[in-house]
Amino acid sequence: MVTVGGLYYSKDHEWVKVDGKKALIGITDYAQNALGEIVYVELPDMGTEYKAGDVFCVIESVKAAADSFTPVSGKVVEVNEELEDSPQLLNEGPYDNWIVAIEMDDSSELENLMDEQAYKMFCEKEE
Amino acid sequence: MDNLKKTSLFPSYKKHGAKLVDYAGWSMPVEFSGLTREHEAVRTAAGLFDVSHMGEIEVKGKEATEYLQYLLTNNIGIMHDNQIIYAFMCYENGGVVDDLLVYKYSAGHYLLVVNAANMEKDYQWMLDQKGDYQVEIDNLSDQFSEVALQGPKAEAILQRLTDTDLSKVPSFYLKRDVKIAGANCLLSRTGYTGEDGFEIYLGHEDAPLVWEKILEVGKADGVVPVGLGARDTLRFEAALPLYGNEISQDISPLEAGLGYFVKFDKGDFIGREALFAQKQEGPARKLIGFEMTERGIPRHGYPVLSEGKEIGFVTTGYYSPTLGKSIGFALVQKEYANLGDTVEIQIRKKTAKAKIVDKRFYAKNYKK
Repeated sequence: MVTVGGLYYSKDHEWVKVDGKKALIGITDYAQNALGEIVYVELPDMGTEYKAGDVFCVIESVKAAADSFTPVSGKVVEVNEELEDSPQLLNEGPYDNWIVAIEMDDSSELENLMDEQAYKMFCEKEE
Repeated sequence: MDNLKKTSLFPSYKKHGAKLVDYAGWSMPVEFSGLTREHEAVRTAAGLFDVSHMGEIEVKGKEATEYLQYLLTNNIGIMHDNQIIYAFMCYENGGVVDDLLVYKYSAGHYLLVVNAANMEKDYQWMLDQKGDYQVEIDNLSDQFSEVALQGPKAEAILQRLTDTDLSKVPSFYLKRDVKIAGANCLLSRTGYTGEDGFEIYLGHEDAPLVWEKILEVGKADGVVPVGLGARDTLRFEAALPLYGNEISQDISPLEAGLGYFVKFDKGDFIGREALFAQKQEGPARKLIGFEMTERGIPRHGYPVLSEGKEIGFVTTGYYSPTLGKSIGFALVQKEYANLGDTVEIQIRKKTAKAKIVDKRFYAKNYKK
């Protein structure tokens, strides 16, 4: 399982990359491996407001549809439209392909998330 | 996961990279090397499945044929020894208790192969219907392991492990006491993929060796272990029904378009009256195939709409790995079941358009 330094990680296996007020959100290598081959990503609409823990995106493998939860509250300011035609990018490079950018309401929410080391340990327990 | 049942092949899963899933009380592999790859292997070469979770119920006795004629919808009376047929076990109201294969050893001796999830219910139902019939009904589900080798190269691969001439076992026939890699097996030319292939019933102690031997001698031909994920996409593409999806206690065989397996001219059977009435009036609902014309993947249970009005629900839906599009089956009110018409599928908060198409997405590739 691959992890990357400098990111925040959630217990639902999303990662957050912070750029000022903006948070790029994606899914981890653990998540893409558990899902299997991803064939569809239902992206949110621009401007949608979410609270931390809301479903912001549905990722579908051949077998099933899985909800993704936003780890931070805020407004969707960018969506990665490339995923509409190439959902498999989330399998191929889970950390290279973010799903949405959210303008954070409250960056202190990041404190509820894990760093790389803590996330690695979390995943080992999940196994 | 510890209260889940495990097949005799469970210890072999890890070595082949299985991801596990809880299915009908069993811990089973959902995939090994990847669903699409496994699906493709079965279509083009061969795939090996652990289907030991399936149930096997034996019916013996001098009235075994009469009893099964009464219990099941298909005509058991015309079966040859060693023949296999597909049939439904129905309730009085025409709903389905289970769909199953009937293996005929001889006039007084049959084996019914039933769905894992229904096995206890089926066995109880069969005992309840026994009445005065002179039969013995035994649940042998715990005694068998079962593997299925499916795909165009199945015969060539399996032939390397047995002296029995497999070309002499026709589709939907069985052969007993076949030695495969030295193990004593019950072999049938059946499957659930739309491809040619075999289902092999054997003792728990022999299953791990036979499993490994098939993978070994078939390696150069591209045989791979296949999980329940691809088992479902394969059967779905071949328009083979799954109990709980296309048929259930609330969906009759006629509604599902499977009237061929209900023989009204064979005499009385459980559910005959209700099904005959349905046949005369025409079933109120019909199973259709559909193809998404807008983005979205249909899933089991999603509502189907026509101009905003709910007309049915999706029974199975997938993004098909081989066809590269999203397709499904749905049970809809019959007046909406017209080829070429457009319906909408409710996918979470949105609807997406779909076109009604022929439900045989993949033409079966059996050897007769």
